[in-house]
This record gives sequence, structure tokens and C-alpha cells, in this order.
Amino acid sequence: MNSTTNKRHVISILMENEAGALSRVAGLFSARGYNIESLTVAPTEDASLSRMTLVTRGNDDIIEQILKQLNKLIDVVKVHDISEFDHIEREMMFIKISASNNEDCASIKRMSDIFKARIIDVKNKTFTIEISGDRSKLDAFVSAVSDYNIIEIVRSGCIGISRGSCALKAEEA
Amino acid sequence: MELTGAKIFVECLKAEGVDTIFGYPGGAVLYLYDELEKAERDGDIRHILARHEQGAIHAAEGYAKSTDKPGVAIVTSGPGATNAVTGIADAYMDSVPLVVFTGQVPRHLIGNDAFQEVDIVGITRPCVKHNFLVMDVKDLAETIKKAFHIATTGRPGPVLIDIPKDITDDNAKCEFHYPESLDMRSYNPKVQTKESDIKQAVEMILASERPIIYTGGGVIMSGASNELKDFTQRLNFPITNTLMGLGAYPATDKQFVGMLGMHGTYEANMSMHYSDLIIAIGARFDDRVTGNIEKFCPDAKIIHVDIDPASISKNIKVDCSIVGDVKPVLLELGKELDRRGAKPDQQALANWWKRIATWQEKNCLAYNTNEKTIKAQYVMQKFWEISAGDSYVCSDVGQHQMWAAQYYKFDKPNRWINSGGLGTMGFGLPAAMGVQLANPGADVACVTGDGSIQMCIQELGTCKQYDLPINIISLNNGFLGMVRQWQEFFYQKNYAMSYNEALPDFVKLAEAYGHVGVRIDNPADVEGALKEALDDKKRLYFLDFITEAEENVYPMIPAGAGLNEMKLL
Ligand SMILES: Cc1ncc(C[n+]2csc(CCOP(=O)(O)OP(=O)(O)O)c2C)c(N)n1
Repeated sequence: MNSTTNKRHVISILMENEAGALSRVAGLFSARGYNIESLTVAPTEDASLSRMTLVTRGNDDIIEQILKQLNKLIDVVKVHDISEFDHIEREMMFIKISASNNEDCASIKRMSDIFKARIIDVKNKTFTIEISGDRSKLDAFVSAVSDYNIIEIVRSGCIGISRGSCALKAEEA
Repeated sequence: MELTGAKIFVECLKAEGVDTIFGYPGGAVLYLYDELEKAERDGDIRHILARHEQGAIHAAEGYAKSTDKPGVAIVTSGPGATNAVTGIADAYMDSVPLVVFTGQVPRHLIGNDAFQEVDIVGITRPCVKHNFLVMDVKDLAETIKKAFHIATTGRPGPVLIDIPKDITDDNAKCEFHYPESLDMRSYNPKVQTKESDIKQAVEMILASERPIIYTGGGVIMSGASNELKDFTQRLNFPITNTLMGLGAYPATDKQFVGMLGMHGTYEANMSMHYSDLIIAIGARFDDRVTGNIEKFCPDAKIIHVDIDPASISKNIKVDCSIVGDVKPVLLELGKELDRRGAKPDQQALANWWKRIATWQEKNCLAYNTNEKTIKAQYVMQKFWEISAGDSYVCSDVGQHQMWAAQYYKFDKPNRWINSGGLGTMGFGLPAAMGVQLANPGADVACVTGDGSIQMCIQELGTCKQYDLPINIISLNNGFLGMVRQWQEFFYQKNYAMSYNEALPDFVKLAEAYGHVGVRIDNPADVEGALKEALDDKKRLYFLDFITEAEENVYPMIPAGAGLNEMKLL
């Protein structure tokens, strides 16, 4: 593999749930000129810890630096490049589409069924649809409905987890 | 017993063994100052009043760099805090352990654009090792404990604690208990050096024919000079130091080939370039050291020892990385060499030394003299001789810094104190104050230029207040010399804004502050002036040497060039 090619990496970060922790990570990326494709963060089962999933791109050298620099942040407990392992990724999307006639309504519903998306709100022929899956599935859905009038899209950014018993956990003291 | 936040603050400092704190008061820190003053009266902690917050931080840096203790400083909110930022960034770049306390507006006003409010935690986030905003007096003691721990362990650095005023007042009280130890699951500075890495490094050392040891500030921070000496001498390898690493290995020893990098010696840079093995120890392949990285040391395999894994393979890919504190790593390498009982090819090494000798013959630090004008290089050389190589030398930033580094031969660690990473003009004088306060009775010099000295000149007042007999060696060329040199070489001699118009009379200025000022413009008077200043252990001397105006620092690696493409005089 060519180490200079920019590959997509999904990085899981477990960090202290402290004020400012998120901006330390975001600041690190902007200060060092690393790219952030998406970033999600929320508390974990242990309320004192936050879990972040960050999607970035870079060649092997850059990713190595990113992991080292993240590890250097005092609030960071653990960092994993989960794209190096067998893992699962999911992203959630809300998409609001308006249909101009009943025929469109029917096909939007059909399309949602095919993609296992859920219609969660309908008003005046405007559908709000919820869909989750990996990025490519969401992209595919957006392109499948692109002939209709897309009013709004909200995507959560990717969250990821490794398969099997391996976990990103703070070590017991 | 319940204590106020302010009292807890002082008790924590005492528990950490802090004897000196540098600072400047203001509204947000008045409760803290109230308690500090009492501690000073009791003889527990001495507060040094700088004349500008930048000065306070640089002084704390000087204190830290010349002792094995962290520097401690306190400033008020808003402008006090922002004035401290340059110093904090400087400490961050040079990995200086500092704990900086900033006052903050009361909690209920935070975020309201209150008087003298700035988000100093946000402002300093990219230039501290870590920072804290204390929002509950109950967290204060533990936060301070953490700050000292973080600042002084692993790769050291500055830690800032922002304390809202209402956490220090009489209403904010809690039971005081200073934690004995800490359990931080997110911070574990202990690194486990891998045995296999040590073995691999020794393998590479034994296979080398043209080796060189390249060491930086990490050796000094680790206190590993003796170990470095043993390691270097048992191998009989050439050794070069970075600007930050000078003194880690005795400069007068025959194995020392001088400083490397942009203004390093010809022999150091050539030895690096043509080596087949670089043993980098506590150094970070800074761009001022590597020159053009595309051309960097084409034949060399690299072993890199550093406590900070993020420094390894950041700028230059290495072949063997050893993560660890320099001192134990050097001992481990020594043991493994013992165990192997082998030596590198001695014939090859002898040939390598012969080749190095041909580079040394260039005598790259020679300079032209005349009887009329003082050469800055000559001043530094004489100062080294007259001070018997035993003065602390704190430097500002510019040509004078390079001349000090080239001509003062440091045989001991921690003697050379300068701003390497950030290159902060104004660093020298306040840093010298910190050094002198930490080392009373020692010879402490501030080598400076007519530009740099004016950036923290107000600290002459601090020097007077605390009777600090610093020797200020001003190499006054009437120019922002380093800028002028670049303009001469790369901007067709267009000396844009680099001439120092309207220089003050530094002699009178020194005298106005109550010090001794001497102007020296004749080469014949250089030695006498230096002797006089060094002999007087009581008073500060401002020696204003009027030096050759358009002198350049040689040798030099021009931007974009490789280490073998030095410009010689
Ligand atoms: C705070 C700051 N501003 C600007 C610079 C850019 N700079 C680097 S060297 C230099 C000239 C320094 O002049 P002087 O102190 O007179 O020393 P000389 O080079 O003449 O020895 C300048 C302006 C800097 N390093 N620091």
C-alpha cells in the first residue's frame, strides 16, 4: 500500500467529560491543519467519560501524527483508529422532501421502504424521513430521492464501534 | 478546618515547596495577593514583582531552566492574562515546566464581557500542555496538584489555572486537604521503553561506520549529561548539540563538533550530512536544524530517543524509535553495549574522524577583526574566557544569540538559557532575573541586542528592587541585525524598518534605574569592561558594546538548502 495516499480513517476517542474537551480536539485539528470530515460526541455509560467518533483523511504519516497528538491531550483517555479493525459504522440522517402530487408521495414511500427508512412526519405532502446506515447507504438514498424537492438534510456524522469483544474502555484503576 | 480559596492556594504552593512566585497584581487576584503577602511575611514564599506580565513569565522560565523546579507565576484577569501569553507560548515551545495562575472575573459574570474578562483558557489552549478553569473551591487543591504534576512530568510544559475571583473570597470556603497522590486515568507520563528497541539501536550502533550523536534540550531536561558523556566517550563518536542542547556535552571536549543547524558549525553539519547513522537524543528535528528535509542526511539511518512519542517521525522518518526518558535509556543502551561486548568498526571510525578533521580545518568560526570596531564575536569569546566558561548566559533573540551560542563554550548543562522554539525577543533580561534569583551569587549574564533589550527594558526596575547583579552584554549594532542580515542576503539589501532609529542612551537609561551603565566602543576596552562587571558581585552592569553595524552571522545554511550547502565567510 502506498503510504502517501489519503485514506479515510474512523477514530474513536474516549475522553474526560470536561468543559472544553471537545474544543481541545477541534483546536488540535485546526491548529495542525488536519482535516475533519465529521465529528460526533456524547457521554458514555460512565457519565464522566465522553466518546467521540472522528472521521478524517490523511496518509499514514499524518494519521500516525494525529493519533499521537490526540494521545498527548491530557483529557484523552484512549484513542483507537477503528478503521484498522473489523468494525461497524453508522450514521443517521433526517431528510425532508416535498412531493408535488400523489404519485410522488407513493414513490417516496416506496423508496423509504426499499432503504428501510422511516417516515416520521408528514404535513402538506412534506415528508420527514429518518434513515440510518453507513455513509454510502445514506448517500445512495439521497441520490435516489434527488428527483424530488429536497428541503433539508441533517446528518449526524459517523459513529463507529469495533466488532467482537474488543472495546475502548478506561482501564480500572 | 475550613479555609478560603485564597488560603488554600497558598497552602498548596507551600505543599509543593514553592519558594518563589513571579507576578503582577490586579483586581481579580487581590484575595490571592492578600494571602501571598502574609506568606511572604512568614518567610514561606517570596513574591517577585515584575514590571510586565511577560517579564514575570520569562523570569519563571529562567527560574525553572536553571533549577530542577517548575516556575510559578500569577497574573490578573484580562490584560494581565493576555500579557502573559507570549511567555506561556515560549514555555510551551521550549517545554519549560511552569504553573501559571490567572485571575478570572467572578463566576456569575463569566461570559458577560465583564470588565477585564477574557477567555484565557480558550486563548491559551493551543500553547499550554494543559489548562483548567476552577469552578468550585472544592476542586482548587486537587487542580493545583494536577497542574504541578502535569507541568513537571513527561515532556514538561506550562499549565495554566484560571481562578474566578469569587472562589478566593471569604464566602468560598472548604475543608483543605492536599492530595498526596493523584490518579489520572487520562494522563500517564510513565513510558515503558521496549527492550527490543534498545537491542535494535545497539545493533545499528555496532554496524555504523560514520556515526554522529545529535542531542537536544531533552538531555538537559532529563538531567542526563553525565550519562551522555559516558555513552559518547565509550563509543568515541562525534557529538553535536542543538541550540537548546548546548552544555549537555562539554563544548571543550575533543569529541564535540559544535552546534548544528542554520548557524551551526561547518563540521557539525557536514558530519550530519555525510553520516551513516544519526543517534538523535532528546532532539526534535526542528526545521532550523534539518534545513531542507528533502536533502536531509541522505545516507543516514536514524535512531531517535525521545520522551514524547509525537516528536518521533514527525518531521523526519526514523529507523529505530526509543520512547523514554533520556537518562534511563542511555543507561540501558550502555548495558546492552556491555552485554554485547563488541565495538563498531574502529578502522572505519578512525577514517570518519579523519574526514571530520578536514572539515574542522576550515575553521568556520574565524572572523575578521580590526582595531577600530568591536566585533560581537570577539566580545562573546572574551566573555567566555574571562568568566571561565562558568557564567549563566541568558540570551535574547537575533544575531547576538547566535554569536553567544557559537563563541561561549558551555561545559555544563543548564547554563545556556535562551528562547529557541518561539524566538522571543525580550526573553533575555527577565529570564536572567529568574536565574539570578534561583542562583544567588552565581554569575548571570544577559546577552542582548539593541532591539531585543527594549522589549522588556522595564525589568531593569525589577533588577533594582531585588538587587540582581546581572551582567547585561548589549551587542549594539544599531540594527535589528538578524532581520538586516536576511534583507542583505535575500531582499537586495533593502533594509526595510530594520534600522534602530532613535536609540536611547543606554548608559543613562541604566543609571536612571539605579544601575551602572558603560559604553564601550574601542576593542581595546572590551576585556577591561567585562572584568569590571564580573568582579562587581553587587551591582547590575549594562555594558553597551558598540559593535560592527553590518556584521553577519556565519556560517549559514540558506533557506531551502541542505546541511552540506553552508555559506561560509
Ligand atoms: C517579539 C519578536 N518580534 C520580532 C522578532 C523577529 N526578529 C528576530 S531577530 C530580530 C532582530 C533582533 O534585533 P536585536 O535585538 O537588535 O539583535 P541583533 O540581531 O542585532 O543581534 C527580529 C526583529 C522576534 N524574534 N521576536
